[in-house]
This record gives sequence, C-alpha cells and structure tokens, in this order.
Amino acid sequence: MGKPKVGIFGFTGCGGCQLEILNLEDQLLDLVNAVEIVHFTEAVTEHSDNYEIALVEGSVTTKHGVERIKKIGDIAKIIVAIGACAVTGGLNCLKNLYGLEKAKELVYGDRKDWIDSIEVKPVDEYVKVDYYARGCPPNRFEIIDIVRSLIVGREPEIPNYPVCVECKRNGNTCVYEFGMPCMGPVSRAGCNSRCPNSGSGCEACRGLIDNPNVNAQKDLLAEYGLTVEDVMEGFNLYNACKKVTIEKNKNN
Amino acid sequence: MVNNLNIEVSPVSRVEGHGDLIINVKDKKIEKLIFRIPESPRFFEAMLVGKKYDEPSHITSRICGICSVAHTCASMKATERALNIKPTGQTIDLRKLIYHHENVQSNVLHVYFLAAPDFFGVGSVIPLVETHPEVVNIALRTKKMANDMVRIIGGRAVHPIRTVVGGFTKLPTEEEMIEMRKMLEDSYQDLEKSLEVLKKVNIPDFERETEYISISDTADYALYDGNIKSTDGWEIDDQDYRDKINEKIVQHSTAKHCWANRDSYMVGALARFNNNYEKLTDNAKKYAEELGLKAPCYNTFMNNIAQFVEIVHSVDDSIRLIDKIIGNGLDEDKAMVDIKPGAGRGVGVVEAPRGLLIHDYTYDSKGKIEKANLIIPTNMNYANIEKDMQSLVPKIIDKSEDEIRLACEMLIRAYDPCISCSTHLMNVKLINN
Repeated sequence: MGKPKVGIFGFTGCGGCQLEILNLEDQLLDLVNAVEIVHFTEAVTEHSDNYEIALVEGSVTTKHGVERIKKIGDIAKIIVAIGACAVTGGLNCLKNLYGLEKAKELVYGDRKDWIDSIEVKPVDEYVKVDYYARGCPPNRFEIIDIVRSLIVGREPEIPNYPVCVECKRNGNTCVYEFGMPCMGPVSRAGCNSRCPNSGSGCEACRGLIDNPNVNAQKDLLAEYGLTVEDVMEGFNLYNACKKVTIEKNKNN
Repeated sequence: MVNNLNIEVSPVSRVEGHGDLIINVKDKKIEKLIFRIPESPRFFEAMLVGKKYDEPSHITSRICGICSVAHTCASMKATERALNIKPTGQTIDLRKLIYHHENVQSNVLHVYFLAAPDFFGVGSVIPLVETHPEVVNIALRTKKMANDMVRIIGGRAVHPIRTVVGGFTKLPTEEEMIEMRKMLEDSYQDLEKSLEVLKKVNIPDFERETEYISISDTADYALYDGNIKSTDGWEIDDQDYRDKINEKIVQHSTAKHCWANRDSYMVGALARFNNNYEKLTDNAKKYAEELGLKAPCYNTFMNNIAQFVEIVHSVDDSIRLIDKIIGNGLDEDKAMVDIKPGAGRGVGVVEAPRGLLIHDYTYDSKGKIEKANLIIPTNMNYANIEKDMQSLVPKIIDKSEDEIRLACEMLIRAYDPCISCSTHLMNVKLINN
C-alpha cells in the first residue's frame, strides 16, 4: 500500500481514543513516518479530504454527524472504528436507555428543541466498518497493529474469545470470589483482562463475544448472589445499543 | 491593514473538540465575535440518574479522555460527601499523586503538542519532528513519565480503574513507588532543557485583567481539594459553590456562560497560579521567575507558561508525596473503607487541568442518584474567551487578516479548551442578533 494517507476523525465521545494514539509515545514517531496523516483536527491545522484510511472515534449522535460519517464513507477505502463509542455506541447509549426526549427535557428544559441530538448509534449503522479497535479506552497497541497490518497487507489478529481466558492466563483470583459483578465470561478479550488485573470486574467495554450465552452468565451471577438488575447494568454500560436480551428469572 | 474582516475558522484546530471562531468587522468596528460550539451534547446528567454509588466515577470519567482522573476524583468526592464516606490518609495521598500526573500529562500535551507549533510558526507538531527533534523527544519522554505514573497508580493512563469510591481496588507496590521516584528524578534534566527552549519563545504581549477563580488550600498548591477562591477577594466552602458560581444563557452565543463577581471569569493554570503562587515549591517559583511569570499575571497567553511551571511543581511535590507514602508504609488495610449506601447530597470540587470542576449529586433513599449537576471548566471560560478577543482584536486591527486570525486562534488555544467536556450541557443553537 506504500505510505497510506490517513484521516483521524472524532465523533461524539471523550477524545480518549485519539489520546491513546498520542499515548503511543515510544512508537508515535514510527507511526508518523509510516503513514501520511492528512486530517487530524485535534493535533494538526492543515487538512485535506484525500485519505485512504479513516480512523473514526465516537458515536453518531447528531444529524450533522450522520452527514459527516457518510462523507467519510464515500471517501475512505478502509474505515477502522476506534473505541467503544464507535464500535458498540458505548456509554453514550445510556442516553437511548433513559429516553431521548426525556434526556433532552432533563438537561435542557424548555430549550430542548434547540438541540441537534438523535438516537445514539455506532458507526457501522451508517457505513461499512472494516476493522474494529474495541474497548474504552481502546488498546493502543491494537490500534497500531491494525494500521501496521493494513500497511503490510495482512489481517490483524483480533481475539474473539472471552476475557476469562486472559484473566486465567494472568493468574488472577476470580473477582466473583470477592462478590463483584464481572462480565468476563461473555466479553471479548484483547485488553489483557486489565480490569480484573486491577481488582475490578470486567465491564464488557470491548463488546460481547459472538454468540454469548447471556442466560448462562445470568445464572452464574445469580449463584454469587447478584440480581438480574446487576446483570443488566453490566450488559448495558457499554452495550445498550446492541440490544442484548436476558430472560428475566421469575424468582428475581 | 484592513477595515472590514470576515473571519470564519471552522473548526479551530489543536483544541480538544469542535469549536468555530467567527469574527465580523465593519469599518474597524467589531460587529460579531463569537466562539461557536457545534459539538454534540452527551447528556451525562441523564445517564447518571438511577445509578448506584459505585458507578458514577466510572461513567463520568468518560466525559473526557484527557482529564478522566479529574472527573473520577470530583465524582468520588461528591459521592463520598453525600454518603459520609471518609477515605484514609493513604488514599488521599495516592489520589493527589495520580492527580499530579494527569495534570502533567495534560499540560505537556497542551504546551508541546497543541500550543508549541504556534511558537515555531508551523501547523502541527509533525514538522517539529524534523526541525526540533530534541523538543519533540523531551515532550514524549515527559508525557510518557506522567502516563506511566497514572498507569501504575490507576491501572491505565486513560479512565483509571483502581480509583474507586472509598479508596483503591489495588495499591501500587513499594517497588513501584521507588521506580516512580526514579522516573521523577530523571525528568528534571528534560525540565531544565524545556526551560531553555521556553525562555526563547515569544509570548504575545496582551493584558486584560479579569476575575480568576480556583480552589485554594492552606497546605497545598490545591489541585485535589480546597475552598473556592477568587482574586476578587472572596473565598467559600466548596459545598456552597452555588453562592457564587452562576450559569446563564446568552443570546449571542451558543454555550452556557458562567459568571461570579463580574460578567466573566477565568479558570485554569493561570487562575491557580494567581491565587496560589505562594504554595508552589521553591523550584517551581524559580522556573516562573526565569520565564517572567509573576503573580498576579493578566496575560492570558501566559497560561501556557503557568502550565509548564505546574509541571515542575507536580514533579517536586510528587517526590515529597512518595517519600511520605513510603515512610508511612503502604498498608493494604487502608486501601478501602466500609461503605453504607444511603441518601444524601454531596459536592465534589477539584482543579481539572483546565480549571475548576464541580460534580454535585443527590442520592435517594434507595442509594441511587436522583439528580446530578456537573459544571465544567471550559464552560466557565467561554465568556472570558470572547471578552479577551473583543479586547485583543481592536489592538491588532492594523495587522493583516492572517495575523489577526492566528492571534485569535492562539488566544483560544491558550485557554486549552476542552470542548468534549463542556458540551454535556451545551445549548447548541446560534441566534444572530
């Protein structure tokens, strides 16, 4: 592919994914040398619409955002969604769960009609996404691995097994033993089980594995005294846009 | 020299988030001058409703990637106050330590990556890799040091994991504390070199006195905790922020603006410096003096220099904190305190890198959030940014359009605005008068 032209674009989010790219301190200069960054508003004044690879951060949450992402879809040959907000809709989807109109009313009162805000959706609801760098924040080494793979023309290796696999490999005591909720059994690995490594439960920020057995997860949590409500909170934190359904146990 | 100007910069680059600068001048008179914010709102106040005590700090850290530790700390403090939870002294010291390094990380990012290209007359840090490789390497090393500190204490550099209501889910080891101390000692060499670079930088000469507000504390150069204090002479308990901090909607602008004693005020590194200069370490004071920064300073562009002086202070004070923590001995039993969920209201106020940050939560009798209010530093600065530009533009009206545009962009960047943060409660509509 030679030295590809790359655009980095921010939609609705916290800017943390772009920051993780800058946090590649040791490899940042190599990245800058390997690609030509032609669009990166947050770091570079000059910009052009001539790019082949688009790295997209954030969810689409406004009408203006829909127009922007479609334009990027028309120009870019390859789109990489970066971070939970772009990949699953992320935490932004809590707004949908609360109710769009209700949320506007709560935050903006009688000026709610001024607000351009639509139902939150991940990027792939509007354009074809070729690769996903999951997580909140994403793993910066995975981002660079995807870009490197695109340059040399190989498929990046992105895990599709549960976080428990990494967690076991890291020798952690299961956080269920401490009575904490954890989404590890149904969540996609690739983060090196960073939350359980730090004594916290997994929040499924990388999304769910393909065909997760959510009912088994619910039963497992019930064994440890956690309720359906706890389980739904867990699923919904980063995956509310993905419409996971759990059969509600009559006993709960 | 121009009589009429129609400047529209959309978006202003090298700031976090999306803001547009619009200036219309007719016959040398400003007809319109606004900093418009079309960034999409996120509704965090709605997201928080119904959440249990252990969730808000993880959720609100996602307001901003650059200042996630600040949001986490403001959130934990609000919840702890509401539920009457008292974290241990060890927890407070470790929080202050991680806090310093988010501030260092953010200040390095701003001074070197976002503002410095203006000092060298280029559009980004990328050309500096060729022309000033030593400066870029210093920036990357100092940033890495700060990020590694946050990783060691918080579990990762963006959105910390281990910092939770009541304490820490996991403590750093003593070996890690010693390693961090060494990293800090090693960073002085780069700070010295940065000082020499910054001494040669030409900071625009522009003064407009305004009200400067920050937190302030008798013990520390306050970042994590303190009263709210103004250069206009008032000081209040952080729980009473509503007595002074007001928000209003103004028709010529798109954002909620804040006011206290006057019609605008400034928050951020320069406000902290003006209120708390005396609490800086002697070493940081020496750096300030060498760079011509004296309190009170009314030149907004010097905010960048105040940010650099704070980096020096944070490195000095972190070494003190590490020695204290190691001296006391890291104690697992002091990592967490017991928590009883219940009802109550609490306010958490901290100094985010960009200034005063307020989280205000009310929990209901089921222990869930009933109401949340968040006030973000960048919102507090919008009114002051516009007032600065209204003062600056007539002073430079005889320069070329390009020079005026660049000066205004630099002025906006000097504030280091964080637009993603501010838009959780932004009123996104432009009304032309």
